[in-house]
Parts: sequence; structure tokens; C-alpha cells
Amino acid sequence: MNEVVAERLGSGVAALSAIGVRDLDVCFGSDQPVVALDKITFDVADGEFLAVVGPSGCGKSTLLKVLAGLLAPTAGHVSLRGEVVSRPRRDIGVVFQSPVLFPWRSVMENALLPADVIGLTGPAITSRTQALLNLVGLAGFEKRYPRELSGGMQQRVGIVRALVHNPSVLLMDEPFGALDALTREIMNRELQRIWLEERKTVLFITHSIAEAVYLADRVLVMTPRPGRVALEVRVDFPRPRPLSVVNTKEFGAHVARIRDVLDASGGIE
Amino acid sequence: MTKGLTGWSLRLALIAALLLVWEALTVLLKVPSFILPAPSQIFIALYRGLSTGIYAEHILVTLWETLLGFALGATLALVLGTALALSRRVEYFVYPLIVMFQAMPKVALAPMIVVWFGLGLTSKVVSAALVAFFPLMVNTVVGLRSVDEDRINLMRSLAASHRQIFTMLLLPNALPYIFAGLEVAMVFALIGAIVAEFIGAQAGLGMLIQSMNSTLDVAGQFSILLILSLIGVSLNSCVVAVRRRVLFWDRPRDLLAPSSTSSGRTT
Repeated sequence: MNEVVAERLGSGVAALSAIGVRDLDVCFGSDQPVVALDKITFDVADGEFLAVVGPSGCGKSTLLKVLAGLLAPTAGHVSLRGEVVSRPRRDIGVVFQSPVLFPWRSVMENALLPADVIGLTGPAITSRTQALLNLVGLAGFEKRYPRELSGGMQQRVGIVRALVHNPSVLLMDEPFGALDALTREIMNRELQRIWLEERKTVLFITHSIAEAVYLADRVLVMTPRPGRVALEVRVDFPRPRPLSVVNTKEFGAHVARIRDVLDASGGIE
Repeated sequence: MTKGLTGWSLRLALIAALLLVWEALTVLLKVPSFILPAPSQIFIALYRGLSTGIYAEHILVTLWETLLGFALGATLALVLGTALALSRRVEYFVYPLIVMFQAMPKVALAPMIVVWFGLGLTSKVVSAALVAFFPLMVNTVVGLRSVDEDRINLMRSLAASHRQIFTMLLLPNALPYIFAGLEVAMVFALIGAIVAEFIGAQAGLGMLIQSMNSTLDVAGQFSILLILSLIGVSLNSCVVAVRRRVLFWDRPRDLLAPSSTSSGRTT
């Protein structure tokens, strides 16, 4: 990670953060506007894994939509590597809460969707896709169709699809929220492994405190109505983190601290 | 549910029993054949018409009218349906007109169509196309609009062009609806062709029914009705067969019934 940062510094580019969010306001409606996000400011370093945790209605998904260029902010701005985001960009990969696979495309074809849209063809992209499918444990399922896969496998395809075009930033919107608890733990471990291999900048949205602390270098805690950043927690467990890290005292301390803040603000429902 | 050979023989037995009752009643009650012919008379009429080759010519005419009308109506429905679904402005101005037009009974329009387009093929094709048009157009609009918002967001997040969103997402997503519309349109086209033939035609099964009616050949008319329903069923199964090939991903029913028995699937 330090090498990547050093490389960028060396190339003359100022030490820009991978993601910069400045005084971001998002309101919905015009008569009696609902403030979804209120003066949000934070940065994500290159190669950093940032988790945003908060209850429903705190504007997490809105934040992700603005970062993906799908929603224009009311005030303030977001930038990727110093460039203000005003429309969707192809150096971003998005993983949605549901896998959002196309039933008429096989696993391989679904994973290759970004390549098809962008117009990347040839053996390089195919072999990268195959390597990613192998990485998430989907080797041998390339020709299967989504309805033949379990929920966890479908979401793995969704993750591969977000990585295929080699984006610098990965945005994940509660990607494991629809999975059962056991599958979710496995997917968390898998995601960490993928991230250690690919070293993307990740913004991971979740409403599970444990998931956030387990995965992230840093956790932003958001509180609702209006959506604000209430706390920032740095998590320094060495990687790769075993699933058993959740049983340590330090892990419990982080979780407790975050829960206190959320409880004080009305809590997680 | 009964499946396989037993099911089929039971169905045939039921039909045979109904025909027997029908036959017996016409004989016992001495119903004149110009009111209601016995099944045996209908089959004789059918055999006569088919063996002399008279029916074959008219079958081909009606079939041709139906297929051309279907092609014309389906093309219009797909083009207009797509325009309506993709443009709020087109929808705002055009959709009320289409609904008004649909509210008119096509049967009442048929005489004018024959006046405008003549006694030949054209008027039948136009009539068939008009009747086939609406159900497919509605299904095209609904299908193109029934797309999941997350799927659109996914395509947009990749900075996909409108054309890409249409060809890669909207169109395949709409295909199940479009094929359901095509199934209905095919049968409707046959009805449209027959209606125009009733008004005025030089050939075709509808014209044949009309001329038999003037000679009180009711058995002959029944034999034509039988042919028409067989044509309808075959045309429909053609569309179904194409759909199964194209929509390989959309067959929930086949998943429920894993063993491929000849389970009857109608309409």
C-alpha cells in the first residue's frame, strides 16, 4: 500500500486521496426538503478499506450513489483522485445489495458485462475474468446461469463483475445484507482475501458493526436525520485477519464504542 | 394431475363421449342438419372438402393473410411500443390516440377497410394487422418499463450509452412480455383476417363460411370452424416453440416439472 502511495507521490501528482468528500449535502424534495446528508467531509486514502456503518435512513446509500455519479449533490462535491465526480466513471466498480445479475447471461457473461459496455475484448480481459472467478471460488461455474446459483455465489459474481474492468475504487452497498449469517462470515473472509490480492480502494457500506470492524482499516459511523459522520474509528488489526479476531478484547472495544454512539443517536433498529 | 399416455387417452375419451352424445341427441330429437348437423355429417363435409382440394386453396389464402397481417401488426406494435416506452413525450401525445382507436370495435371498422383496400389480399392483411397490433404494443411498453431499478443503476454506473442500456438490458428484459404479446397477436391476426373475409373476399375460409351459410350448409361451416381452430392452435404453438428457444432463461414451469412429459400447455 505504501508503495502505491509513494509511486503516486513520485510521479509528481500531489498526494491526492483516492476519494475526497467535501461538505456534501444531499436533500430530497423541494417543498419540505428531507436532508439525507448534512455537511459530510472525509477522505479515503489510496488502497484503504473504509467502512461506513449506520442505521437505515442515515444516508449511506445516498452517499454511495453520489460517489458513483448516479446522483448529483445538493451542495459540496465528491472527487476521485482530485477529479470532481459529475457523472458515472468507468474506473469505479459498484457492488449492490442484491447481486443484480442478468438472467440471460451466464456467469462468465455477467462478469464480463463491464468489459462489454466499455468495449474491452481479447484474451487479456477473458483471462483476468477467469482468474477473478477462480479467486472467488467460482471455477467450473462459468457457463452456469444465475438461477442455478445460491445467493452467496450470485453475490460473488457481482463482486467479480465490479472488479473485471480493473477499477481503482470499489463501492460496495451492503453487499452481504441479504445473505444468512454463516454465508456472510465466509463472504467477509473472502472479501478480505480478494482485497489483499487486488488492493483496491474500497468504500464498504453496511449496517453491521462487526462486519465493518472486521473488514475495514477505518470505520465511519453515521447517524440519521440528518445523515452525519458521528465518529471515526481506526482499526489496526494485522492482516489477514482470522474470523476469530471478533473474539478479541480490542475488537469488542471497537464494537462497543460504535454501538454507544449509534445508541445515543437513536440506535440501530 | 394425470400425466402421460393415460392423460391423453382420457382426454380423447372425453371428446369421443361428447361427440357420441351430440350424435345421439341429433338423431333422437330429429334435429334438422341445417340447424345443428351431427358430428358424422361434419366429418363427412370435412373429408369431402379436403379430398377434393377445395379447402386447401382457401386454407392457404387465409394462412397467408394471417401471417402477413401478423408480421405487419407485430412490426408496428414493436416499433410504436418501443417509442412509447422510451419517450414520455411520444407517450403523452400518441398513447391517447391509440387507446381511442383500440376502443373502436375492429369488426365495425372492417367494412370500411374492405372499401378502402379492396376485396383482395390487402384489406385482409390490414384488418389482421389492426387486430393483432394492440396486445403486443401494450406488452412491449410494459415489458420495456418493467426493468429493475438496480439493473439500470448498474448500467449507468458503467457509463453505458442509451443504446447499450436498450440492447443489453431493456430489450432482453422485455422479451418474456413481448413473446406473451406475440402469442396473443398471432391468434388475433387470424380473427382479423376472417372478419375482413366475412365482409367481402374472393377466397379464404371466412368467405367459404359466408357462402356455405347462404346455402344452409351448416355441416360445412362446422368443418371450417374445426380447421380454423386447428390453424389457430398450430400458429400458437409455432410462437411458443420460438419462445422456448429464445427465452431459454425464462422457463419457471419447466423447473417445476423436471420430467419432460407431454404436459398440455395451452395458450
